[in-house]
Amino acid sequence: MEKLEIVRRFPRKRDQLLAILHELQRANPRNYLTGEDLRLVAEYLDLPLSAVHDAVTFYSMFSLVPRGKHIIRLCDSPPCHLAGAWSLLSALKEELGIDVGQTTEDGLFTLELTSCLGVCGVAPAMMIDDEVYGNLTPERLKEILARYREEG
Amino acid sequence: MRRLEVLVCSGTACLSSGSEAVKRALLEAISAHGIADEVRIVETGCMGPCELGPVMLVYPEGTFYVKVRPEDAEEIVVEHFLKGRPVQRLLWAEGAPAPREIPFFARQKKVVLANCGIIDPEEIEEYIAAGGYEALGKALTEMSPDEVIEEIKRSGLRGRGGAGFPTGVKWELVRKAPGSEKYVICNADEGDPGAFMDRAILEGDPHAVLEGMAIAAYAVGAKRGYIYVRAEYPLAIQRLKRAISQAREYGLLGDDIFESGFSFDVELRMGAGAFVCGEETALIASIEGRRGEPRPRPPYPAQSGLWGKPTLINNVETFANVRHIILKGADWFSSLGTQTSKGTKVFALAGQVKNTGLVEVPMGITLRELIFEVGGGVPEGRKFKAVQIGGPSGGCLPEELLDVPVDYESLREHGAIMGSGGVIVLDDSACMVNVAKFFLQFTADESCGKCTPCRVGTQMMLEILNRITEGEGTEEDLARLEELAQLVKSASLCGLGQTAPNPVLSTLRYFRDEYLAHIRDKACPAGVCPALIHYEIDPELCRGCDACRRACPTGAIQGTPGKPPYTLDQSRCIRCGACLAACPFGAIARLPGRKE
Repeated sequence: MEKLEIVRRFPRKRDQLLAILHELQRANPRNYLTGEDLRLVAEYLDLPLSAVHDAVTFYSMFSLVPRGKHIIRLCDSPPCHLAGAWSLLSALKEELGIDVGQTTEDGLFTLELTSCLGVCGVAPAMMIDDEVYGNLTPERLKEILARYREEG
Repeated sequence: MRRLEVLVCSGTACLSSGSEAVKRALLEAISAHGIADEVRIVETGCMGPCELGPVMLVYPEGTFYVKVRPEDAEEIVVEHFLKGRPVQRLLWAEGAPAPREIPFFARQKKVVLANCGIIDPEEIEEYIAAGGYEALGKALTEMSPDEVIEEIKRSGLRGRGGAGFPTGVKWELVRKAPGSEKYVICNADEGDPGAFMDRAILEGDPHAVLEGMAIAAYAVGAKRGYIYVRAEYPLAIQRLKRAISQAREYGLLGDDIFESGFSFDVELRMGAGAFVCGEETALIASIEGRRGEPRPRPPYPAQSGLWGKPTLINNVETFANVRHIILKGADWFSSLGTQTSKGTKVFALAGQVKNTGLVEVPMGITLRELIFEVGGGVPEGRKFKAVQIGGPSGGCLPEELLDVPVDYESLREHGAIMGSGGVIVLDDSACMVNVAKFFLQFTADESCGKCTPCRVGTQMMLEILNRITEGEGTEEDLARLEELAQLVKSASLCGLGQTAPNPVLSTLRYFRDEYLAHIRDKACPAGVCPALIHYEIDPELCRGCDACRRACPTGAIQGTPGKPPYTLDQSRCIRCGACLAACPFGAIARLPGRKE
C-alpha cells in the first residue's frame, strides 16, 4: 500500500519522526494525519503510539482532523498586524465564510493563523500551501483566492 | 563573459511580489531581440529592500531597478540593454547611481550578506568563484583544530541568535568535552516576529552556512551535523537541500574532505510549527523526534546535547561569519564593531519605516543611524514613536534613546536585547500598551506549558493587560504586572519565559504615561484600543453622502441623503471603524477616550 511505501523511504530511526509525519500529511489530499497513520509510524519506528500522538499534538502544523486541500496561513505577527493583518483576517473570513481553524464546505480551503513568515518587508503576508503572498490588500486577496478556486 | 549581467532578486519577499514572472518576461524579451547570448540573467538571494520588490540590478554599471513588472521587460530590453539608456521611471534613485551611492546601501557593511543578491545560490560554482570553501580548505590543510578555535576566540565573534555567547568559547567547551561522538547543529528555527535574516542567508548563500558548519565540526571534532529549519521556510529548505547535494558531489561534504582525513556530513531536519524549538534544548528534543520542550540547563548541550553527546549549536548568521574570520583573520574581524561586540550584524527592518528589508551594519552604529539613515526614517506625515528591537524577548525604546549604540551590552542595559536582529519601527499610530499585549500574547500562545511560571505567569500578565486595554485597569495593576514580570523572568525554565516580560517591562519603563492614560483617563492616546476611543462626525465636513450610514453594522448613524450633517449615536456605536473607512470626505474622526 501507498502509505507504507512513503514510510519505508525513511530510515527506521526516531529522529525521522517529524519528517515521516510531514510526508504522510502531505500525501493526504485532506492534509491531515489519520489514526491509522499514527499506528503505522509507531510500528515502523518501534515507538509506543502515545509517543507519536504526543509529538503530533505538540506541533501546530500537524492536524488530526481533515482539512482543506489548500491551507491558508495568515501571518499574525506584530509587523503584519501593524500593517493591517486584522482587516485581512475579516476579509478572509468573509470571503471564505469560515472562522479560523475551519474548512470551507467545498473542502478547498482551511484558514489558519501562523507566527512570523519572515517576509516582514512585504507585510501583511500569508502563505497558501508553500506559496508566499505579500503586500496583501482585500482586493488582492480576492484575486488570489479566485485563482485557486479556478484551479480547484 | 556576457556583455550584461542582470541579477533578479529571488528571495521569498521578491518572489511574493512577482519576481519569477519578471525573470520570464526578461528572458522572452532578450530572445525576441536576439541578444540572448549577450545578457545573462541570474536569480539571486535577497538584495535587501524588500518593500520595493521585485528588485533587480544590471551590471557592469550597477543600475538598480525597483518595483519591476513583467510588462516593463520589453522597455528595459529595448531602451537599456540595446540602446544603453536606463529606464528612468524604474530607477530607485535619480541618475542611476551605483548601489553603494544609494543611502540605503552607503551606510551598510556587507560581510555575511556579501554574496546575497550577487551570486546564484543554486550553483555551487558561483559560490566557489566568490572564494567559497577556501576557508574550509585553509582550516583543514593549514590549521589545527585548536588554531581554528583560537582564531574564532580572538575575533570576538558572539552568537547571533540572541544571547551573544562568545562563539570561540563555546567551540572550545565542545572540543574539550569528553567523548568521541560529537555533533554540530545549525539553529535555523528563526521565529522571532520581525526577524528574517536567517531565511535570507539560507536562501541567498546556503553554502556559507555549510562551510561554517564544516569548519566548526573540524574544530570541535564532530563528524555529523544537522540543520534544523522551520517548516515555514520552504524555499530555504529547497535551496539547502540542493546546496548539500552539490557540496557532496564536489567532495566538500562527505569523507576525507580536501584529502585531509577529515569527514563531515550534514542532514536537514524540518520543524513543524513550534516557536519554542528555537530554544536549544527544545530544538535538540525536536531533532530526536520528540515534543520540542526545553529542559533545565546545565548540563549544557556542549556537555550533553543530541542523544546525550557533546553538541555545538550555533545560529545561521554565526556560522555564516566563520569563513570570513578564517580567511581574513581575527584582527580584521575585531577591527569592526565595538569593544565588546565585534563584527557586523544583520538587521531586519520592518514596521513603519521607509526602507523595510534586510541590512547589515557594523556593530555600534546608533539606532538613529540604523532607522533614519539606512532605513530612511518613518514614512511622510508620521512621527517616530518607538523601536521594538529583539522580538518578543526584546523591548521598546523611545526617541530619547535613539543615540544608543547597537551592541549587546548597551541594548540590554536599556531593557531591550539584540535578539536575532528584528527591528520593528513604530510610529505615533501605535498604542504601546497594545504592542506589549501583542508580544505577550505571542509568547503566551507559544509557551510550551512545561513550567508553571511561563505557562500561568504570562497568562496572568495578559489578563491584566487585557483589563487595562478594556479600560478596567487600576494603578495597582501596574505594580502587580511588574511583580509578575520579575517572577516570570526569574523562575521560568528557558529563555522563552525568562525574556517574555521584556516588552511589558520596557513599555512600562518608557511609556508609563500611556498605561496611565488607559487607566486614569480611560483613553487610548493613539486611538487603537476599541474600548477607549470614540468616533465623531464633523458637521462641517459631512456632505450627507450616506456612505457611513450604509457601512454601519449597528445602525448607530442617522441621517438623510443629501441633508448633512449626519449624527452618530454613541450608545449604539461598537467602534468598529467601518464608517471611518467608508467616508470619502474625511468627516469622521477617531478620538481618544470614551464618550457615553
